[in-house]
Amino acid sequence: MTARFTTFLQSFGAVARLSWSTLFAFWRLPIEVRPLIHQFDTAGLQSWSITVLTAAFTGMVLALQFSTGLEPYGASMYTGKLAALGIVRELGPMLTALLVGGRVGSGFAAELGSMVVTEQVDAIRALGADPIKKLVAPRVFACIVMLPLLTILADFVGITGAMIITVREVGITPSFFYAQILDTLWVSDLMHGLMKSVAFGYIIGIVGCFIGLNTTGGTEGVGHATTQAVVVGAICLLVSNFFLTKLFLALYG
Amino acid sequence: MADPIIRFIGVQKAFGPKVIYEDCTLDVYPGETLTIIGGSGSGKSVLLKMLTGLLSTDAGSIQAFGQEVTKLDERGMGPIRRRFGFLFQSGALFDSLTVAQNIKYPLREHSWGTEKEMDDRVAEVLDMVGLPGTEALKPAALSGGMRKRVGLARAIAMKPEVILYDEPTTGLDPINVRRINGLILSLQKRLGVTSIVVTHDMDSCFTVTDRIAMLYNKRIAFTGTAEETEKSEIRYVREFIAGGRGTLDEDID
Repeated sequence: MTARFTTFLQSFGAVARLSWSTLFAFWRLPIEVRPLIHQFDTAGLQSWSITVLTAAFTGMVLALQFSTGLEPYGASMYTGKLAALGIVRELGPMLTALLVGGRVGSGFAAELGSMVVTEQVDAIRALGADPIKKLVAPRVFACIVMLPLLTILADFVGITGAMIITVREVGITPSFFYAQILDTLWVSDLMHGLMKSVAFGYIIGIVGCFIGLNTTGGTEGVGHATTQAVVVGAICLLVSNFFLTKLFLALYG
Repeated sequence: MADPIIRFIGVQKAFGPKVIYEDCTLDVYPGETLTIIGGSGSGKSVLLKMLTGLLSTDAGSIQAFGQEVTKLDERGMGPIRRRFGFLFQSGALFDSLTVAQNIKYPLREHSWGTEKEMDDRVAEVLDMVGLPGTEALKPAALSGGMRKRVGLARAIAMKPEVILYDEPTTGLDPINVRRINGLILSLQKRLGVTSIVVTHDMDSCFTVTDRIAMLYNKRIAFTGTAEETEKSEIRYVREFIAGGRGTLDEDID
């Protein structure tokens, strides 16, 4: 038990060191533009479809629940307010991070893991390059940039989904819904969600890369690393979400 | 004999509880081809990786070109790694890059010259390994033997002073084994480099080597010329050569 706890703490330290070197490696010239663009595409742009799908149905089901739940109190016209707040502050960033994290984090772990077991990472070092600069930095940076963008997309789609259902179920007009949202949502709400998604992007990138780089045990190890990246990534996201929310609420209310 | 170009002095290395080296001492002289033999899993590759700083040592000293390798950090290793060419066991080609891009990788990292000069160098080394015109192919399209030869082309692209071969003939068919052995010999003659070959293939060992070092019982237990090795009366050396299977009885447990 103590041994496991020590390993746990050790990996924490190792992740911190990896983050540190990633930060420095990224800005060291020349900046690796091509891998960065490639990662923007694979990690970011190619995740738009799952983001839209998740956000649309989450927005819709939220509206459905709120409209029926608020009905006994005659408050179902406020469905839009609640749904929008929930999406922008919590569900938009969180669900996007979980979904994209599962997709992208496991991809990173599999990719880097197979590079480790086929000695390609050793080869990068032997040929005089830095694997952190070549492999980790573009991936982590791409996640940090793309996740807030995907979250904005998720917010927009989620609210639209909520609007469609509210209009159908409660019978209010789209313009009333729209006015209500403008009245309820503040820039700070949006920023609250987006700041979290920046942190989520970092977590997805660094966890996937860390697990990938520490793969051992051949092809079987790669499979293990991939599953581990999904599980560990999701847990880190969920736990950090609570503390980040607590922090931002304390700072900005 | 001239001063050794590479020295291992009392090197110790363990992975967790598994001790690989207890007291490993070995000298390599300029211009020679030294073959390191020993059972599978006895840590022959580890020796090459410690020499190039890809793995750290636990204790002892490793000197290359008069510099203490064990005390250098990743950046300090750069100029030393440049003087080594490393042929990894599986070739370790980068899957996402073409043959030409793979060979250009170290050239680019070390600012070899203009694009044209690099193209010329790529063509030149591909010609040396007998694969002219394969520049545009991806590693996935190559056979195992071809992949190793491209790996070798990449290893010699920077005109290294020492070439390290990690199991160059393992897993190849007899024709490719002969081809690789021929390449090791001809590179030796044409470039006058020092070579360290790690293998458990006894035939190729005797074909290419000037001197043989045998790894046994966590240290270099025997060194001698090919002739001395063949005539050796030491039991484990005899067994290894006679068996030639790369596995000693002691290793089976």
